[in-house]
This record gives sequence, structure tokens and C-alpha cells, in this order.
Amino acid sequence: MSEPSPRRDPDVVLRARGIAVRLGGVPVLDDVDLDVPPGAIVGLIGANGAGKTTLLRVLLGILRPHSGRVQRPDRRAGIGYVPQKIALDPHAPLRARDVVMLGLDGARLGIPLGRARLRGAVDDALTQVGATEFADARVGELSGGQQQRVLLAHAIVSRPALLLLDEPLASLDPVSARDVVVLLDELRRQSGVAIVVTAHDLTLLLPVLDRVAYLAGGRAAVGTPAEVVRDDVLSALYRRPMRVIEAAERTFVVADEGVTDA
Amino acid sequence: MFAAYLMTAWAGGTIVAVVAGVVGFFVVLRGNAFFAHAVPHGAFAGAAGAVLIGVNPLVGLGVFAAGGAVGIVLLGRRARHDVVTALTLVTMLALGALFLSRSREYSAQVFALLFGQILGVSPDQLVTTGLLGVGCLALVALIVRPLLLASVSPALAASRGVPVTGVDLVFALVVAAATTVSVPMVGALLMFALLIGPPAAAQRLARTAGQGLVLSVALTLVTVWASIALAVTTDLPIGFFATAIGALLYGGAAGAARSRRGRVE
Amino acid sequence: MLSAFFASPTVQTALVVGSVVAAVSGIVGVFTVTRGQSFAGHALADLGAVGGSGAFLLGISQLWGFVLAGVVSAVAMEAIGTRRLEGRDVATGVVFGAGMGLTALFLTLDTLIGGSSNAAISVLFGSLFSLDTRLVPVIVVLALVTLMIVAVIWRWVSLETLDRDLAAARGVPTRWASTLFLIALALAVQLSSLSIGAILSTALLIGPAATALLFTRRLGTAAALAAMTAVVQVGVGCLVSFVSYDWFGGSSWPVSFTIVAAVFLTYVGARAVCALRGFAHPTAVA
Repeated sequence: MSEPSPRRDPDVVLRARGIAVRLGGVPVLDDVDLDVPPGAIVGLIGANGAGKTTLLRVLLGILRPHSGRVQRPDRRAGIGYVPQKIALDPHAPLRARDVVMLGLDGARLGIPLGRARLRGAVDDALTQVGATEFADARVGELSGGQQQRVLLAHAIVSRPALLLLDEPLASLDPVSARDVVVLLDELRRQSGVAIVVTAHDLTLLLPVLDRVAYLAGGRAAVGTPAEVVRDDVLSALYRRPMRVIEAAERTFVVADEGVTDA
Repeated sequence: MFAAYLMTAWAGGTIVAVVAGVVGFFVVLRGNAFFAHAVPHGAFAGAAGAVLIGVNPLVGLGVFAAGGAVGIVLLGRRARHDVVTALTLVTMLALGALFLSRSREYSAQVFALLFGQILGVSPDQLVTTGLLGVGCLALVALIVRPLLLASVSPALAASRGVPVTGVDLVFALVVAAATTVSVPMVGALLMFALLIGPPAAAQRLARTAGQGLVLSVALTLVTVWASIALAVTTDLPIGFFATAIGALLYGGAAGAARSRRGRVE
Repeated sequence: MLSAFFASPTVQTALVVGSVVAAVSGIVGVFTVTRGQSFAGHALADLGAVGGSGAFLLGISQLWGFVLAGVVSAVAMEAIGTRRLEGRDVATGVVFGAGMGLTALFLTLDTLIGGSSNAAISVLFGSLFSLDTRLVPVIVVLALVTLMIVAVIWRWVSLETLDRDLAAARGVPTRWASTLFLIALALAVQLSSLSIGAILSTALLIGPAATALLFTRRLGTAAALAAMTAVVQVGVGCLVSFVSYDWFGGSSWPVSFTIVAAVFLTYVGARAVCALRGFAHPTAVA
């Protein structure tokens, strides 16, 4: 089932070819290809259950697909991951600052000594995401949006080449969501990091997206927003008549039986 | 209270407290309350079996604690954790019941294994207990950072290349070792109270992980020492005092923390 | 051999009580597992044991000790908040740790005062083969009460288990539903504690239900399957225990052990069947 590794292409930070995943007998992903150029923001868009998180986990390397290959940045630390939520209780005595510090040495064995010299990098990361004011609070007590910033700082502190964010906008109000989008755009401008984001609503991300991978029924339509968010492409993807409607500064994807947000 | 024959109790109790304080800190952090409850119960079955065949109960404790702990982690990879934990623990207890019934006499030894006994650690066992305890602490020190990262988010740890199941297994063995060390003294049914009560109290009061760890050990020491003293003077099971004091500490800490922050949860 | 088995009055009582208890446990267990409240179920068993062991001191029947302690605990737990009843919760752990400590205290006093360890054994490991036959009608009535509660709140709890907010939006009195469910859970657990002991009652609650849920998602089907499985397991357990008397020269395997063994083996066997059927799960690398 394995194919020869795609030849290393310096113009691409991440390359996936022919990804197929089956869960419980159902094909969740079927022959998906994806390229992520450096400094690009790529959106994985689709409804719940369309396979966005599955694809993300394959790209991360924590889920092995049934077939297909992923070429990643050289070092394991070359990828920063921002999960949707944390597993800690509100009372856990772990400060935001501590979580970010783990972004530098969390995978190392042994008693942590001499971490004082890492403080500078931690402070920088916290400043970059705007989390300095709550850096010393227990991370479990922060709001969802604040926790997300902490996780983002954790991801960028080791200067990765690629960031993967799992549904960062899902539980945020529109204002906070806009702030996050602006922050992501700034991050990639400052450091040239490539960013992959999953979402079920295209609207807020559209201004900063360079590429879109629209997922439905295990298949993916990949390209620039202009290429993908179109009647013909989406109809082929969903295998039924679809229409793209621009109204009141929002983009709607409509099927004959009802309305789905883009 | 400080008679010569009780010296082992104080020494053993101190070792138990330090180990439980450290291991318990991570048990609470990871949300492994049920797991910490299940492993000692499984250990009891092993001890009962060991008594039955005339082997040192510590060996039975250790084998069943390790087996139960590893079993729960492995079975739990593809199923609901709480279900797997419940079934494994109950099965091991049932085995304990079987072993108990074989020996034809309801011995005080078995009651002591269930509910604890101040003289639960004999002078010969003290050395083994001490070594196991040191081993526990060394293992924890070895994996402390991946452990913390995995408790923040297992998926995140996995993405950084941390072998999460491996870490789970190592920690499970640490809990098993801590159990083996503590059960003879505090009892299988009650030992988990030491792993949860004082460490949870410490976490409510501490600001950072380092502080939490130190405070956890301190509070567990206080709990164990007080329990020994009370058990000696009243002749009631030491496990009862351990759970009661642990609960009081937790309640006090939760109340203090809540009023200090001045807000409703 | 079998005719001797069925003819024995002890066995007959055991089978009647055991089957009733098994059916109730299986049905209640399905909700317990889907709601993630296995830890709570176990806690209720241990807290019931406080009542069971205290009952000896007060000179009242163990059954009432178990039931009262169980129901009181259930109401208290709901007051503290159901979200916290999953296995993570430290507060639950501490509370029922304290409860177990009390059990230890009472059992020690029981043994001291009573001069024998019978109290401890029956509280911890049950007394299916040594039940007072006068209690049988009471047990059956309590079991029926539990089933009635489950029947009344079935729709509510099904909705609430699947999606709490949706249920609330549809006018389901969620607080009442979850409180009543916890009470039903407490009753089921106490009845099974009486039969196979406080330490082991969780087996009948969780095992058959978990096994059934491996094969179906529909709550009704799972409940029926769990109830039937549990009844069979109790029957087999009783039989093996009875028969084992001859295997080892006059000392039989405790029935609580044989029942739990049956439950566990069934679950493991079911897991193996599912694995062989091979839902090709992509391997998680970590």
C-alpha cells in the first residue's frame, strides 16, 4: 500500500499525496492531495464529519492513513499544533507561561534544569500572540479564546515552519474570531510560517486564505478560493447541484434541498 | 507512641507519604481518579492470592497491581476508559474474593490488607519498600515533562513525538509501584484516598507545578503522620483516618481557594 | 446434578433474586455507560456499603442500610453536579474515599461488637446464597420500583443523554430527569450489592451493558440485550458455584466470584469478536 516518497520539493513546506483513511469501514478520506507553500495560509473547509480533523491528524503524523504519503518539514519540531481544547481541570497548577515553556522542551526526558535561559523565548512568544497579561494565570481558568492564544504561543515558541490549527474559530464570537484571523496573518508575515486551518465556515478566513481544500464525502477540491468556491467545482464535489451566492458580505454555499453555510 | 516497635511504622509511613504525594500530584493532574482507585483494588486480589499460596504478600500486590494497571491502559486504548477501569477492577476484586474463600478462615491479615494496619510494613520489608519508592520517584523524574505535556493535551504531546501510550504505561507502572508500597499500611480499599485527597488540596492552593508538588508531599506527610498517631491511640483502622483527614484537607483547601478568589465556580 | 441444583430452595431464591437484580442492573447499566457515569455507579456502591455496614450497628436489616445510604448519596451527588461524576473528578473521589473510610470504621466496630466477621463478608462480598427469604418480596418490589422509574423517565433520559441542551430546549426537566436517574441507579446498585457485594456490584451494572453496547447503538435494544445477558450470567454463576462444591472437596467457589468471572469473560469475548470482525482502524501512531 505504500508509494515512493514524493521527491523533496523546497518550494513546499508540506506535501500530501493520495491520502485515504477509513474509519469503522467508512471511507472518510479518499485520495486527497494537498500542497502547502511556505508562508501560505491554507484552509481545510467542510461540515462536521467531513474529514477535516482526520486530514489534520494525518498531516500531523499522529494518524497513519491506509494509503498515501505525507512529506513534512525536516525536524519533528518543524510543525506546531494548536488543538481545539485542553484536557486540564480549572484547578491544575499550570500557568500559561509553563505551558508555553513546554513548547520548547516538553518532549525531553529527565528533570528540567537550567530553564531560566528559555524564559526569553517564552516571553517573546507570549508577546507575539498578545497573551502577556494573563501569562501567570492558571491555564485551566482562562477563557476559550485566551487558552487558544496560549496554545498558539506554545506552538510558535520553537519557531516551526508550519502551524496546524484545529477549528480555531469554532467557538469564538465574530469579533474574537476576526482578531484571531488578523493575528494569524501577522504571524505569517513576521516569521514566514505556513499555516493550515480547519473550519466549517469559510467567510471569516476568506480574506487571508491563499489556498482552500474543500472536503465533502471523502473527496477534496483543492486550489485558490477563486478556483474552488464555485458552482461547478462544488457541484462535482458534493455530487449534486450546488450554488455559490454572495450576499451581505457573506458567501453561502447552497444545495437544492436546503442551505449550508460556506 | 514512639516505642521501638513502632519505628517501622513511622519510617514506612514516611516513605509511603512521600511517594503518594509525588505520584498523587500527577494522578490528580491527569484526571486519573478512577484509575487510582482501581489499581489498589486489583492489588488486593494479588495479596490475597499470595497469602493463599504462602508467598510474601508484597509480591502478590506488586504483580497484580502492575498487571491491572497495564491491562487498564491497554484495554482502554479502544474503549471507554471508565468502563474498562470499572470492569478490570471488579474482576480483580472478584479474584480476591475467590482467593479469600479458599483459605477457609477469615484472617485478620486480609482485613488488614483491605483497610490498613499500622504495623503493615515489617522491618524486613522496609528496605524493599524504600527501594521501590526511590524507583518510583526516579521514573517520575525521568518522564516529568512528557507527562505534563500529555496532561495538557494528549494529541499535542503525540504531535511532538511523545509516545503517549508509552508514557501512560510507564505512569501506570509508577502507580502500581506506589500502590505496592502503600497498601500494606493504608489498605487496598483506602489507599487511593492518599493519592487523591492531599494532592488535590495542594493543587488548589499552589500557584505553580513546582509549588504544587512540594505542597502535595507536605500535606500527604501530615496526613500519614496524623493517621498513624490516631490509629495508635485509638486502635481503629489507620485507613479510616487517612481518608477522613484527606477529605478534610481537600474540603478546607477548596473552601479557602474559593473565598480567596472571591468568585462562584 | 442439574435436578439437584434446581431443587435446592437456596438456589431457587438465589435465582429469583439474582435474575431480577440482573435484569434491572443491565437496563440501568446501559444508561450509566452511555452517560459516562461508571465511576458514579461504583461510588454509589461504596457509599451504600457505609449504610450496609452501619446497619449492623443499628440492628436493622442490611437491605435498608444499603438503600437509604444509596438514595441519600444519589441526591447529594446530583446536588453537587452531574458533570463532575466522570472518572476525572477529584471531589467525587474524595467524598467516596471518606465513605469507604467510614465503612472501614463500621466494619471494624461490627467485628468487635459482633464478635465475627460475617458482617464484613456479606457487606463486601454479598450474600446471594444466604439471603433471608423474607426479604425476597421486598427486593422484588424495589426492583419493580426501579424499573418503573426508568420507564417513566426513559424518554427524558434518552434525550438528555444524547444532548443535554437539546433536551432542555424541548422542555425536558433535565434536573428531575438526572436526579431520578441517579436514584434509579442507586437502587439498582444497592440491590446488586446485596446479592454480590458492594465491591462487586459494579460488574453487573457495567459489564452486560458495555457488552451490549458493543453490538448496538440503540438504547432500547441494548437494554434488552444487557438484561438478558445479565440474567444468563447470574444463572451460570450460580450453577458453577453450586457445582464447584464437588470439585475441590467440599468448598465451593464464591458465587460473587463466578458471576463476575462470567461477566468479565463475556465482555472480553465480545471485544475479541469485534476485533476479529475487523473494523480496520487506522493505527494511531502515538
